Formats: sequence, structure tokens, C-alpha cells
Amino acid sequence: MEVNIEARRILAVSISKLYASRTQRGGLRLHRSLLLSLVMRSARDIYHSSRESEVPSGAQSAPEEPMDTSSNPGEQTRLPEAQTEPQPVLNSTETAPEEPDNTEDGCDSEIIEDKENLSPAKQSRKRRGKASAAPDFLPSKRARLEPGEERYEVPLGSCRAGESLTTLHTPPFRSKGLRRRMVQPSASLACCH
Amino acid sequence: CIFDVFTLKINQIQSVRMISDIISTVEFNHTGELLATGDKGGRVVIFQQEIENKNQPQFRSEYNVYSTFQSHEPEFDYLKSLEIEEKINKIRWLPQKNAAQFLLSTNDKTIKLWKISERDKRPEGYNLKEEDGRYKDPNTITSLRVPVLKPMDLMVEASPRRVFANAHTYHINSVSVNSDNETYLSADDLRINLWHLEITDRSFNIVDIKPANMEELTEVITAAEFHPHQCNTFVYSSSKGTIRLCDMRVSALCDKHSKLFEEPEDPSNRSFFSEIISSISDVKFSHNGRYMMTRDYLSVKIWDLNMENRPVETYQVHEYLRSKLCSLYENDCIFDKFECCWNGNDSVVMTGSYNNFFRMFDRGHRRDVTLEASRENSKPMQVLKPRKVCTGGKRKKDEISVDSLDFNKKILHTAWHPQDNIIAVATTNNLYIFQDKVN
Repeated sequence: MEVNIEARRILAVSISKLYASRTQRGGLRLHRSLLLSLVMRSARDIYHSSRESEVPSGAQSAPEEPMDTSSNPGEQTRLPEAQTEPQPVLNSTETAPEEPDNTEDGCDSEIIEDKENLSPAKQSRKRRGKASAAPDFLPSKRARLEPGEERYEVPLGSCRAGESLTTLHTPPFRSKGLRRRMVQPSASLACCH
Repeated sequence: CIFDVFTLKINQIQSVRMISDIISTVEFNHTGELLATGDKGGRVVIFQQEIENKNQPQFRSEYNVYSTFQSHEPEFDYLKSLEIEEKINKIRWLPQKNAAQFLLSTNDKTIKLWKISERDKRPEGYNLKEEDGRYKDPNTITSLRVPVLKPMDLMVEASPRRVFANAHTYHINSVSVNSDNETYLSADDLRINLWHLEITDRSFNIVDIKPANMEELTEVITAAEFHPHQCNTFVYSSSKGTIRLCDMRVSALCDKHSKLFEEPEDPSNRSFFSEIISSISDVKFSHNGRYMMTRDYLSVKIWDLNMENRPVETYQVHEYLRSKLCSLYENDCIFDKFECCWNGNDSVVMTGSYNNFFRMFDRGHRRDVTLEASRENSKPMQVLKPRKVCTGGKRKKDEISVDSLDFNKKILHTAWHPQDNIIAVATTNNLYIFQDKVN
């Protein structure tokens, strides 16, 4: 199921970006983290929705068919009663310009055309029972810790940008046995409310 | 009209190599005589216009280095174990009041007011001191001598006059000087503060969009600017593609906007990345104060301040990238923050793109052009050749296909002289200054 694979890929890319941003200079960027989490949420919703409807969606069109309305079986099986509705959406994407040869790495733009023009808003964003289970491509939640470090609890699935994530950032210099970071009473960032 | 023959002639490719430093901001002062650049290393370089024969038909102006100083240094926040980058995010000039020039420069956390002054005389002939500054033996002084001012080589000094620190928890993205010349605002992801230029130990918080629970965060502030004439009015843009206009007379805390500018999303363009590309990266008032311009990832929009439900003009900067959004997400380009600017009489707007292209849109004549800032393709005094990106089908000669575009070469920062047709365009490491051909 192409939608599924692409959503998984976007999720994996997003997560690696999120992890990378924690170690970048200047600290976590709230704006960037927010945008990443929005993309991840869309991809996760598509991924879980398509996973649930994976069984009934038997006959799939070949993924190589570009811009064909029938090449989007995910949409059709998810909303069987609104089958006429997605058609105009997909029809309009046919007129969008499509590059004949896409040499950019990884992403197949022909397949992406459909995925990108899916309307994530049409799928329900409610968490279903299966959605709360961790997808298999996510890294294990319980990372190994060094002796003396504290273990922080992080709820899975929610992407808390900004302050919460900064607490996970391991300071560059932390000697063993120290359980708290040294607080320097310097004139830094007593924020004015 | 300046665009009857729309050509840009390179008067001088003033390409300045910022050694291992990326240019992060470019700004003309109010007369256009000075051009300031900030870079990732925390340095500010100011160029001054040398005008030769302004009244002659072959009027050319050169911008030469006037002053260089280290504005910000890297810092370390011990409380959060985070390094604070020294990169200069924004420079804004103050209108000139006396012989000295003043500008505000900011990194992620601290804003500084710099005074740039010239010294071309020095006193000589002190009564009590030797020339090298040592005090003379009082017993050897038998007469009175008054020092005289003698000319010396011009020296330009930059000194930090104010440091506005510790007021932003999040990363500062904008500063804007008020038309009252006494106050200015600084904006980070969630808050906007109002400062008085003379007071550094406190500021007023005028916008706060931080939710009580950070998990409910849905949008951040991306840019803010004061109205050019109305000192009570400012706007701020958001990551959701909205712009809010606020009136400081209404209440002390401007969380409630006076106007909300938002265009409904085109449902046929919906994708995984719709939210990212609708995030506004820059907002600029027109000089006459009647319009404002916003830049999102793919387009530039002009808004009439009296119409909130949609922009009056929309210009596509590089629509051919819409089908490449997934790849641009992977290589991080989709997060690039492009700026935009108006020309002096608000008839043309300009913004940057990839492959060292920049785009100009002539509002009156409904024309646009794509130009390139590169040394290979340009020679001094040569007219810039318009570029064209081939979006499909057969590629014509001189056209560039989308897949050949170099996404590492991006023009994020551009500036337009306030009166003349002189533009400053910053590629990653180089600054290009172009001037309109004068017949």
C-alpha cells in the first residue's frame, strides 16, 4: 500500500529530523519542531487509517500509474460512501504540472503526487485502539542510560515541542554521579512575563 | 516608469567574501547611503555609498566597506545547557538624528544598540601630556599650551550603547523600530516585547500566544513589524499563514487583534506539507503604509490593510516546486525562510529563490522577471539576463530544468535602496549590489 509506505517514510524522516534538531547549535527551534510535528501528525493519521483499511482494499492499481484517479485506492476504501467526493480533488491534481524525470533522491514524485494531494483533514484524527500502539519503525522508548543519569518519562505519540524536549537534552558535560545540572546564577534567561 | 525598460545593469559586482560565514541579514539605512550586513559569525559589516557624479548621466555608485565589528559573541546558557548562537538574525537602522548612525542588531536572545561614529580629527599638543599619552613631569612645564584639533585619517568607530538582554525565552525572529523613534519591538516565537531605546532593564510584553499547556501549541509568531507611520499599529505573522494587526491603544496586552488577515486554503492543494508551506517567513509594510506584503514558501502576497479576507495580489515565486515538496522536506529546504522587500515607491517587490535566482514583480505592469546573482554569468557593466525555469516538456535553449536547480544556492535576504534602483542581494557567502541602468 503506497500511501502506507510513504507515510511511514515521512514519519521516519520526521523523527530523525526531530532527534537531529535536539543536538543542533542554538537549541531546539520551536517553529521547526512545530512544523515537524504537524507533518508527523498528518503522516501518522494517514498511516494508521490506511493500516486499518488495508485488509478490505484488495485490488490495487499499479503504483506507476501517474495522476490516475483509480490509483488512489486508500482514499476510496476509507470513504466508501463519499466516493464521488475525492474525485474532483484528484481530478484537479491531474492538471498540476508534473516533472518528466525526477532525479531527486528517494522520493518518487509520481506516487507522491497522489499522496501529497490526499486530504489528511478528511480522515478522522481520533485515536483508535490500534493507533496507540507504537509503529514498528520507531526506536525503542527505553534507551540505554549511563550510570547516574535520570530516566525521564515521555508519553509516546505526542510531539511536545519546545520546553519539554529540552529537558531530554543531555548536557555536554555531566560527570558521573551528579543527578542535577549545576545551576549558574548568571543573568541568563530569567524571562520577563 | 522605471520599468518601461526593465533591465538591471550590474554597476559593480561588489561581492564580498564572508570567510566561512553565511550572510544572515541585509539592510539599507533610511537614506540608502549605508548598507549593513550581519552574518552567522556575529559580525556586522557596513558599506557606504561612494557617489561619483550623481548628476551625470553615467551615475554610478560604489559601496565600500565602512565599518566592521563583532556585534554578538556565542554565549552559553547554563540553566538550559544550551549554546546561544551569535548569528545576527536582524539589523534595523534608526533614523539619523545627529552625526552618528545607530542600528539595532539581534541574535536569538539579545538585542544591541550600536553607535557608529566618525572621527576625522584628533587633539594634538597637550599641555600636560606627551604625545604618547604619558604625563609630563610637572616641573618641566613652564608655559601654557592649548591643544589644537588636527585632521587625521577617517576612523569609524562602533560602540555598543545599549544591551537589551534576558527578555526572550524563545528565539528572536524580528525587531522593528517604531515611527516614534523612541520605542521598538522584538518578537520571538511566542511573545512580542515593547522596549524604550533608552531603557534596557525592562520591557513591556504586548503579545503572548503561549498556551497554558504547551501540548496545545498550534502556531508560532514568525515575524513582526511596526506600521511605518502609525506608532500605535503593528502586525505579526504566524506559522499558520495568518497576519494579525494590533492597535496598542486598545489595551496593554494586544493578544486580541484588531484585524486578522487570512486567505482560505485552496483545498485542491492540500498535502502533507500544506502547513509548512503556508507558514509566513516575512512580513513588510509598504512605504506608504497602505499595504503589507507576506512571503510564504511558494508565493508573495500583497494585502490591503482594509481587506482581511484575501490578498489583493498573489505572485508565484517558484510554483514548479509544489510537486517537489517531499524532496524539499527531506533536504530541509522546505524550512528555508525567504525575505521580501518593496522598492522605494512600492511599485515593485522582490524576493529570493534557489539556484541564486531572485524574482521581481512589477505590480503596476503585471510583469515579473527572474534574475541570477552569480559571478560566472555576469560581468561588470553588463545587463543582467532574465532567467527561465523550464517546468516540463521540451527545454528551450537557455532555460534551466527544475532538476538542475542547485538548492544549496539560495537567496534568502534581499534589500532595496529606499529611493534609487539599487538592490543588495545576498547569496550564501557573497553580497551582490546591482543598479538600474540609467539611459
